[in-house]
Amino acid sequence: MVDSKVVLTGQTLAYTLYCIVIILLVAWFAIKVTGKGKVLAVKPAIFYTFVGFLTVLGVSLHLITFNTIPWAKMDLNRSDYKPDKTFVIKVKDHQFIMPSEKLVINVNDKVLFDVQSEDLTYGFGLFRNDNSMMFQMQVVPGHRNDLLWQFDRVGVYTIRSTEYSGPKGVFMILKDAVQVIPTNTTN
Amino acid sequence: MSFIKTFMNGEEGLFKSETLTPMQKLTLRFVVVGLFYFGFVVIEGMLMRLYEVKPLPFITEPQFFAILTAHPLVGIFGSTYSIVFGAFLFLVPYLMKKPLWSIKLGNWTFILVAVGTFIFWFAGFVSHYAPLYTLYWPLPADFTQFSVWGGTFFIVGIALVMVGSAFFVINIFKTITFTPDGWEKQPSKALLASALGITGFRNLFTKNKKEHLVPLPVAAVARGSVDVALNTVIILFTGVLILVFMIAAIMGIDLKSTAIDALLYKNWFWWGLDLIADGLVLIFVAGTWYLLAMMISGKPLFMQNIARAALLVELVVSWTVWSHHLLSDQAQPAILKVLSGEMVTAFELITQGLAFFITLATLWSARPLKMTNPLKFLLGGLLGFALAVPAGIMQADVGLNRILHNTQWVIGPHVHVAILVGLTMTLYSAIYLLFPILTNGAKLYSQKLANIHFWCHLIGGIGMGAFMGMAGLKGMLRRSLYVNGEFNLMMILAAICGTLLLIGFLAFFYNIVMSVGVKGVIDIFLPSKVKGKNLLPE
Repeated sequence: MVDSKVVLTGQTLAYTLYCIVIILLVAWFAIKVTGKGKVLAVKPAIFYTFVGFLTVLGVSLHLITFNTIPWAKMDLNRSDYKPDKTFVIKVKDHQFIMPSEKLVINVNDKVLFDVQSEDLTYGFGLFRNDNSMMFQMQVVPGHRNDLLWQFDRVGVYTIRSTEYSGPKGVFMILKDAVQVIPTNTTN
Repeated sequence: MSFIKTFMNGEEGLFKSETLTPMQKLTLRFVVVGLFYFGFVVIEGMLMRLYEVKPLPFITEPQFFAILTAHPLVGIFGSTYSIVFGAFLFLVPYLMKKPLWSIKLGNWTFILVAVGTFIFWFAGFVSHYAPLYTLYWPLPADFTQFSVWGGTFFIVGIALVMVGSAFFVINIFKTITFTPDGWEKQPSKALLASALGITGFRNLFTKNKKEHLVPLPVAAVARGSVDVALNTVIILFTGVLILVFMIAAIMGIDLKSTAIDALLYKNWFWWGLDLIADGLVLIFVAGTWYLLAMMISGKPLFMQNIARAALLVELVVSWTVWSHHLLSDQAQPAILKVLSGEMVTAFELITQGLAFFITLATLWSARPLKMTNPLKFLLGGLLGFALAVPAGIMQADVGLNRILHNTQWVIGPHVHVAILVGLTMTLYSAIYLLFPILTNGAKLYSQKLANIHFWCHLIGGIGMGAFMGMAGLKGMLRRSLYVNGEFNLMMILAAICGTLLLIGFLAFFYNIVMSVGVKGVIDIFLPSKVKGKNLLPE
């Protein structure tokens, strides 16, 4: 599965390019609307073309991401997959209660994180060493909070609550709690 | 004229507060208090921004989160609601060419919003009540972390603002439909149908098309007010629910917080909250763009019927998009995530893009225009939403939300750019445009200061959103603290942009005070010497 960092890079490029274009467009409009010249009326055809473009863009964005972002399909249909490993993690009193000190995962394993809150609403996210986010989900008490993820490379990850649960929740961090290792090296 | 004289009496002494009608005074009071609270929000924002770089010794962690809780609420209710309510209570009768239904009720709205905001802010300041505005259940009732008394006063403050909002809605609809003394009987049902879009909808299916009885901007205000009303019901109900738990705790009874389903509550609360973010804000803003474009250009609105229809679509869309806030909630049904969270939300790209195009096309029809303050701020507002709406559509995607939810991306390029650049610059455009009308011809003290205001606000707002967004893409969470300087570079750059915003606001504030004078500002809060319900002096 493609690393989420690659998806973020693509998004950054696309949005930055869009921002540059729209800022230049408004600047161009500001110059032109105050400048002298022949007044040309905006034809309705241009307007309807623009509306059509927005419609196509709005719908196609989600179709494209659904078919290109690898975890999107797996996430929506996660009950159809059989995980290679399942980790049940409990959260209570602003503490993650882990099944073991370190969660060890083989590369390319599909892993199900089943996180259960016993009091407040929390978040559950995995972060790389450079603090960038791998993924996250909400952890709502009284409901099933499960996330299926396939790890495509070796690495060490930190668990952090990604939802505000009061000032006490800010430091809900388990450093290097998840380790992804090459296949056939675990017991 | 000497500096002292100008400071006391305003530029060239042109502002004559004794000529102001009660309606002008009411509107100016809303605007002054709204700007005062905006100043509050800017200072709070700067404090938090500095705290994100390095914890400040005079602010404790609980205090930081109390500021974080009050900050958006003071911004939305104390500042934006005040300015918007004040402007619309003046503009609706102005455009309908009739008096406001009740100035008394308008004054109550002003008092309740101003006092309610102060109460919840002060309760948070003193008690550090900080469950954040999202109030994810059962956090607001977690009395191991928060003071029950602080929370009680906090909720009472919010409730007062909501009662004031309800009064605003009543006043708006009564003004549209009532028959003033001495007038011929008004067709109240037909006026209401026109304002809500029912007439336009019927026209689609009949040959005998009925004319629109209310101007387009009034239709926008009416449809946005529907969302204000629904939001008021939701927030009031939620407040009562939390109060039940708080009063029980005060009486020594511990109610079982699990009696409330956390996910159902989240759905309920976001449905209500989105009536602001994805409802009334977008509808009010579109209506304001149309009004400003028509007033600046002196031309009729481009594609007026489509614009009316889009406002109705936007209203319906605002009732059905809440699930984009729950894309990371795994228990949320997938059908809701895809339909409400992704597909219907994408309609906002269309409705807001349409409003963007119609406004620009209307301005274009009157070129060459002079680059006045209202025009430049309107273009800034249009740019703000053009940047912020696509950022929101991107995060409202099942795939991308997995790596964007609760990061600084959400609050930076989407929320802050939408509010600070899109919404606030639109409001500034309206303030600069209405300034001579509301002050009976007072003159702006300095155009240079207005230019400084514009550029500092535009660059500061976009820059701050951009650097927050960059931090978010690198994994920085919102509603969190990083004490080891992990994201200091981006936070310092965002703080520099925040400083620009503060400079812009101070330039504007000084400019306005010097334009009307300190005496003039004080006089706004004294009873009007002009009697009657006229909007402007005869």
